[in-house]
Amino acid sequence: MTIIFLLIMLSLIVALGFLGAFLWAVRSGQYEDDYTPGVRILFDDDKQTENEH
Amino acid sequence: MAKAWRFPAIDKNHRIPTFILTPLIRAGHPIRYLEFKFAKAIYDLLMMTKQPGTVMEPSESKRTSEVCYHCGEDCSTQDIQHEDKHFCCEGCRTVYQILNDNGMCRYYDLDEQAGISLRGQRKEEYAYLDDTDVQSRLISFTDGERTRITLYLPQIHCASCIWLLENLYKLHPGIQESRVNFMKKELFLTFLESETSLRQIVETLASIGYAPAINLGNLDEDKRPLVARTFFYQLGTAGFAFGNIMLLSFPEYLGLDSGTDGDFARLFGYLNILLALPVVFYSGRDYLRSAWLGIKHRELNIDVPISLGILTLFGRSVFEILTQTGAGYLDSLAGLVFFLLIGKWFQQRTYHHISFDRDYRSYFPIAAHRLVGGEEQSTPLDKLQVGDRIRVKHQELIPADGMISEGEARLDYSFVTGESEPVHLKEGEQVFAGGRQVGQSIDLVLTKPVSQSYLTQLWNDEAFQKDGDTQASQLANRVGRYFTMAILTVAFSTLLYWVPRDIGVAINAFTAVLIIACPCAVALAIPFIFGNALRIFGKHHFYLKNTQVIEAINQIDAVVFDKTGTLTDRTHSELDLLGDPLSQKEKAALQTLTHPSNHPISVAINRYAAVDQPLLPSKSWSEKTGAGIQAIINGQEWRLGAPDYMTASLPEAWRNERSTFLQIGNTIRAGFVIRYRPRRGLDRLFSFFRSLGQVYLLSGDNEREAEAFRPFFRESEDLRFRQSPAQKLAFIRELQGQGQEVMMVGDGLNDAGALRQSDLGMVVTDNTNNFTPASDAILRGDQFSRLPDFIAFARRSIRLVYGAYAFALVYNIIGLSYAIQGALSPIVAAILMPLSSISIVLFGVLSSNLIAWKMGLTGQQIDQKKTIDKSHPAT
Repeated sequence: MTIIFLLIMLSLIVALGFLGAFLWAVRSGQYEDDYTPGVRILFDDDKQTENEH
Repeated sequence: MAKAWRFPAIDKNHRIPTFILTPLIRAGHPIRYLEFKFAKAIYDLLMMTKQPGTVMEPSESKRTSEVCYHCGEDCSTQDIQHEDKHFCCEGCRTVYQILNDNGMCRYYDLDEQAGISLRGQRKEEYAYLDDTDVQSRLISFTDGERTRITLYLPQIHCASCIWLLENLYKLHPGIQESRVNFMKKELFLTFLESETSLRQIVETLASIGYAPAINLGNLDEDKRPLVARTFFYQLGTAGFAFGNIMLLSFPEYLGLDSGTDGDFARLFGYLNILLALPVVFYSGRDYLRSAWLGIKHRELNIDVPISLGILTLFGRSVFEILTQTGAGYLDSLAGLVFFLLIGKWFQQRTYHHISFDRDYRSYFPIAAHRLVGGEEQSTPLDKLQVGDRIRVKHQELIPADGMISEGEARLDYSFVTGESEPVHLKEGEQVFAGGRQVGQSIDLVLTKPVSQSYLTQLWNDEAFQKDGDTQASQLANRVGRYFTMAILTVAFSTLLYWVPRDIGVAINAFTAVLIIACPCAVALAIPFIFGNALRIFGKHHFYLKNTQVIEAINQIDAVVFDKTGTLTDRTHSELDLLGDPLSQKEKAALQTLTHPSNHPISVAINRYAAVDQPLLPSKSWSEKTGAGIQAIINGQEWRLGAPDYMTASLPEAWRNERSTFLQIGNTIRAGFVIRYRPRRGLDRLFSFFRSLGQVYLLSGDNEREAEAFRPFFRESEDLRFRQSPAQKLAFIRELQGQGQEVMMVGDGLNDAGALRQSDLGMVVTDNTNNFTPASDAILRGDQFSRLPDFIAFARRSIRLVYGAYAFALVYNIIGLSYAIQGALSPIVAAILMPLSSISIVLFGVLSSNLIAWKMGLTGQQIDQKKTIDKSHPAT
């Protein structure tokens, strides 16, 4: 049963990882604009005009 | 003219099933960057889609010859052909050419005719952006080489806008990065100082129809993020701890630990304490702080019993775990804080496109043209001094009071008073800040500094000094006061009862009372019920600043209206015709004449002359701003405009009429007197408000339209005309002095003082993107007649809160019956506390929705069209 101690610790570390991911997402401003990224992702890089520069 | 929003390009290039994505986005699902990238990658992989090399040309058939390729407006008055495309004005064609030359016509493929019409737009001058002082106040960061700035572009309305603005670097060298925040209509730019300047960038933006709104208000705005990030950290931490503590408490709930020697129990207990620490001292920080402040000011607010509960829970749990006498209540503690924070989150409803805190600085430009030795010099407004000579050009705002030294002024004070007719002033006369000059340039000598002008000094009144932004709910605090006293009484009686009998049970029961009585449910009722009401109001274009406004609505017993704009319907004016009625033929010609003009009077006459006929051919149409319009129709000259615009002499009888005249050939044919009629549904509205209390009318206008409104009021004293902004403010104060709670309904800047002083300031506007004075609530004009429903709903919401309190009381009595016996087990607490919270939330939200449904307030109005209004007043 002592394996439980290890498993609990591991599960907590995983959970902390997710908490960290959430805090990072808030910090990087992902919750401030939840509209534009959805539209932006659908724009393809325009290769042709890119080459001109 | 704004088209309904369509999802961009999916069907053309990607063929991502729109039936999956579009509903999600429409429903407001926050699809974030990574989710999207992931979904698209998987989809591309599955379908092995090859991107078509060229962009498909949008179907030509849709475009009739009469629609502008750029902005989609009618080209019937002016049709400029370029290549094979049609444009409504020179401006639109120029934008097309700029985009075409830079290979950016993709803009038109994402959303057809996405452009912003440039018709009637004046060219702004941005020389003031070279001023380093102005620059340093606008720029958010610079290291001398690279500069970052956030600009507000009210024109942003569609996917094409996002695409164009984010590809700005192709158009303008030196821009390193540009990002759009669609919700806030902001553009975030990074550019190289060595290659370009702020002024050049802004000029480029203006040239493609996206002129940034830069005004005095932007300068001193603090650049805080819209939603406080700390709050989300707190919420996330509490949620994380809540889940894990629950998990670690499972053995305790199920009694699984009895077989082992308690090692697990000990470990889990210590882990729980570790997890609970950030919950109490980080997530719950604001509650503890508010309670402490309350006690310091000798006020028992609602946070006092909450904090008492939190601290008792934590203290007793830590004690039990360390002494190994029990498992503690840390799961209940984390859950409590987590629920409270969710309630707070639900209550914080932010409307991205609406601002409730604006003063005159949001209307005023940043700079004016100061005349120094005959030369114009762009000078920031706050550097203007009394005695300076400034030049005000066509469509520019007068920044400070002054005297006309040269030129003839036609001032449009509609920003200030809501009155649309321009005022005529000659040399030597006084002009007041806030007016917009129409026509030729005028020169002024300033007599007051900007901040001391007739209009702006209103903001020096003490009404603006007070900090009216107390976030705490009056209602909750009143209840909290009684609540705290009640539970302290119960707790100490329990203590007194048990101390002589059993000291252990005494402490146990005492803490249990404090724990179970923690008014979690009480604290949640207001955020959820009022938050839900805010959401329902928002759907009907009634926007409240925060939930306290709902409580304020309940108290109102006096209503003060400002007439202009608020009670009159701008979109439906009535025409009185002087002279003989017009024939069908004449109407058709008049329709042709007025069609191209955007002037409110032309629009009204156009509506009057509307006949079911195509427009007649016309030649040499021209508009003289502030005077009138003319054209040659059927070989005759038609003129429409002010008396001095007529070339023929007016008939004797019409000399004194204030009207717009129509001249055909050499005779004055008719005159038009425009009257705005009262908004529809005023009868019902006024009888409703009379049932609440006194109703008054305060107008800055003259008595011209007094008769139309007289029937709505009890006594003639209740109607007051020619009120200055300061008089309006004083009147509100007088009513408040008589102990009345006043609601002020207004629209113009001249109401700003009264709106601020009143207990509830409400602004009625026809376009929520427009600038509105600072207020507590904003209502869209076409919803005005529903105001009684909104107020009735707000009152019922308050009653619902009382209902929820009664509900909470039942739970508390059950809980207390355990607690005073000293028999509160962790499992009972763990069940009872979340159960009470969740059932209160469900009760509140469901019944609130039910009432809204019964009152006909549900049903989301999907009108993207209105919210993405492209038109925007030039600032």
